[in-house]
Amino acid sequence: METLLLSRIQFAANISFHILFPTITIALGWVLLFFKVRYNQTRQERWMEAYRFWVKIFALSFALGVVSGITMSFQFGTNWPGFMEKVGNIAGPLLAYEIMTAFFLEAVFLGIMLFGFSRVPNWLHTTATFLVAFGTMMSAFWIIVLNSWMHTPQGFEMIDGVAHATDWWAIIFNPSMPYRFAHMVLASFLTVSFLIAGISAFRWLIGGRTEGVRVALKTAVYAAALLIPLQILLGDFHGLNTKEYQPAKVAAMEGNWETDTGVPLVLFALPDEEARENRFEIAIPKLASFILTHDWNGEVKGLNDFIGENGEVLHPPVNPVFWSFRVMVGTGLLMLLVSWGASAMMLRKSRGVEGLPKPVLYVLVGMSFSGWVATLAGWYTTEIGRQPWLVQGVMSTKEAVADVPAPMVLSTLIAYLAVYAVLMVAYISVIFYLARRMSRGERIDPKTPQSEAAVARAVPAE
Amino acid sequence: MNTFGDPTVWLPFVFAALMGVSILIYVVLDGFDLGVGILFPFADDNEKDRMIASIGPFWDANETWLVLAVGLLLVAFPAAHGEILTALYLPVTIMLIGLILRGVAFEFRAKAPAPYKDAWNTAFFAGSLMTSLSQGFMLGMYIMGLEWSWAHAGFGLLTAVFLTVGYSFIGATWVIHKTDEYLQRKAVDWAKGGIWGLVLGIAAISLATPYVSDRIFDKWFSWPSFLYLSPLPILSGMLVVWLWWMLRRMPFYGDRRSWLPFAAATALWVMAFGGMAYSFYPYVVPEKLTIYDAASAPESLFIILMGTCIVLPTIMAYTVLAYTIFRGKATELRYD
Ligand code: HDD
Ligand code: HEM
Ligand code: HEM
Repeated sequence: METLLLSRIQFAANISFHILFPTITIALGWVLLFFKVRYNQTRQERWMEAYRFWVKIFALSFALGVVSGITMSFQFGTNWPGFMEKVGNIAGPLLAYEIMTAFFLEAVFLGIMLFGFSRVPNWLHTTATFLVAFGTMMSAFWIIVLNSWMHTPQGFEMIDGVAHATDWWAIIFNPSMPYRFAHMVLASFLTVSFLIAGISAFRWLIGGRTEGVRVALKTAVYAAALLIPLQILLGDFHGLNTKEYQPAKVAAMEGNWETDTGVPLVLFALPDEEARENRFEIAIPKLASFILTHDWNGEVKGLNDFIGENGEVLHPPVNPVFWSFRVMVGTGLLMLLVSWGASAMMLRKSRGVEGLPKPVLYVLVGMSFSGWVATLAGWYTTEIGRQPWLVQGVMSTKEAVADVPAPMVLSTLIAYLAVYAVLMVAYISVIFYLARRMSRGERIDPKTPQSEAAVARAVPAE
Repeated sequence: MNTFGDPTVWLPFVFAALMGVSILIYVVLDGFDLGVGILFPFADDNEKDRMIASIGPFWDANETWLVLAVGLLLVAFPAAHGEILTALYLPVTIMLIGLILRGVAFEFRAKAPAPYKDAWNTAFFAGSLMTSLSQGFMLGMYIMGLEWSWAHAGFGLLTAVFLTVGYSFIGATWVIHKTDEYLQRKAVDWAKGGIWGLVLGIAAISLATPYVSDRIFDKWFSWPSFLYLSPLPILSGMLVVWLWWMLRRMPFYGDRRSWLPFAAATALWVMAFGGMAYSFYPYVVPEKLTIYDAASAPESLFIILMGTCIVLPTIMAYTVLAYTIFRGKATELRYD
């Protein structure tokens, strides 16, 4: 395989691994703040119990997010030097602001949040929790600004083949940024809701029926039920925005080859890029036109419009975009079904968690990491849908790649993948391990006296 | 040309200085916590826990200085960033994997089931070692002008070992400050055992740099500058002697001045680093690309500078806050 393809795979692998953890920490920070504030208000021990368990998961996820993020900041230089050379004047300040406003804030106050409970006044500890949550949100904001600018660039001019900023306001508030940021933040909250619901259901099932588990499970399921319709609505708006600025991406998402009116919504098909048609198509007539133009007979652009004069293909590869989009939407619909179903059962006769039959609890456990699936699928739709462009209409991915020998990229890729595989197994099994120990009523701190002290400091108010 | 009026002159200089300061802060701060990791095999289980407790609240923020340094290289000197990082592709990857291993080991060693704790301790050590070896190697390669050859790689291996021992030295001085009793005395021994890495490392780099480049040779050994610069090696030498003298007598009665070795070690780093910065200026890719050729457009640098002026003091302030909150011996860091 050549360097370009390997570099793309390496970048995709690294960022996919990275994004998993911010997806959890962005929302979990706020959830912890919520638990903490509820405790400050009510002084009910169950809020603190929930806090204490989830702060551990937070610390773990944060560490993974930080180390994989450090990898990301080197990736631009090692694999995509052309990117910064061409659009560095725009990408640079955005990344700099992320580092300065977000990373230091998180990193410093994380120490105080985790280890400072006994050393600082309660208000400062709560403030530190807030600042960490705020910092993760800021990280997400700046990086999404940059990413969205790559999809819908504006506010710059090209001088001698290098982009120069002309209007920072336009760069930051580029057309797709508000949608992408909101959709990402909601994705994070949904991911965390299902994670908390799933792990709490697991603890409930194996007999850890404490008050802390009860409130966490209830909070999480209701939050999911509230947020998922919003997410679907936002997803729809996001798609409309994309149709305006990146019609080729939408055509690939819909698996629509010919520009036409009254286009059907394809539910299932095997897009065939050789023959340029769908096989085994199952579709609902006119629905795609209706969703995308709000008119049953509206016109929707097809992939065949994006063929260059010499026959080169200017639209993204169809299959990955088509399928990852379906995985995301499918997961979203499943989330809707499960969270509404579970909420209805809990609300019926106000039976709360006792109203959930065993199979439903099992389903919740199974969906613990469903947020990850939808998020990754969503990002794959977005990023692969931008190809062959790296910055839409400004530079292609090919232009940016480093001139590093392919075997080097391949061997480092294998090393990364091996490390990630180990860490993934360790991460998920440690979460379930901690959950099991909590359910058995064991302290989940290590036994040696010193680390007891070290870890106890991570456990405020016990 | 008016030097301070022309933004294409003073902006790159300011950013080079900022980048230098971040790298310096990074090697001191992450230097000590990497060093603690390198010393791990010499400690028993209880000591390991205390050593971890001494760096637990800081390591994440310490590593962020690396992100800032690379970030500044990336945003202020994009052309150099690409050139340097593609030339150092392999050591960078090794460093990143090292950083991943040690970063997660902090968490996993405390949370994973007991039988795995040893494995994560090993990962913590291995990660720290990989990180410092590869950083030392990159330093050597950078000095050699980023050209791959057997001789240069050999020099890189040499600096890799020296930097690693140097980190273990500064790590030991940190442990002296943060612990007491048996572990503290042990750390004094570690420091005595590690000081040679620092001395040889500084010596090797000081000898090699002027040897590789005539330009640097002239900068140091032409007449008046030789005079102005002479305090640098003399002071460093005196510091080393003083450190050695102090370490032979430590710990002092009532644990007084336990912070001095760390401070002295830091001063040594600062001087060594200052010397290197003097040698390489104005180049960012040695002998190939100056900071003025590699810089981004002034309007972009200006936007970043505005933010930096506000944000950097804030970062300093809350870094100080964190170190104040967690001052004192690591064992005192108990919950309740
Ligand atoms: C829990 C996660 C989650 C869920 C349930 C959904 N999404 Fe999503 N989606 C994301 C998480 C996500 C994401 C990972 O966060 C993306 C990638 C980039 C972005 O901004 O959000 C995304 C991208 C994304 C895009 C690509 C836009 C572009 O970049 O051009 C569209 C059109 C939608 N979504 C639409 C939907 C629809 C119609 C959903 C209905 C069920 C839906 N999403 C559910
Ligand atoms: C600011 C944020 C981001 C930036 C600057 C960015 C940048 C890039 C770059 C440089 C590429 C080129 C490599 C390629 O085409 O393969 C790329 C592709 C890719 N990115 Fe992103 N990305 C960002 C966010 C994300 C996120 C959050 C994900 C989530 C998982 C992601 C997933 C991918 C994937 C899967 C590809 C590969 C596309 C392909 O192979 O065709 N990206 N992105
Ligand atoms: C190419 C793109 C990216 C780069 C270069 C990058 C870089 C980094 C770095 C260096 C860190 C560690 C910060 C520290 O030391 O504390 C980090 C953490 C983080 N990143 Fe990324 N990142 C990228 C993509 C993303 C995306 C797409 C998101 C979210 C939408 C994101 C959200 C976060 C968050 C919230 C953190 C905080 C730490 C954590 O939660 O684990 N990043 N990132």
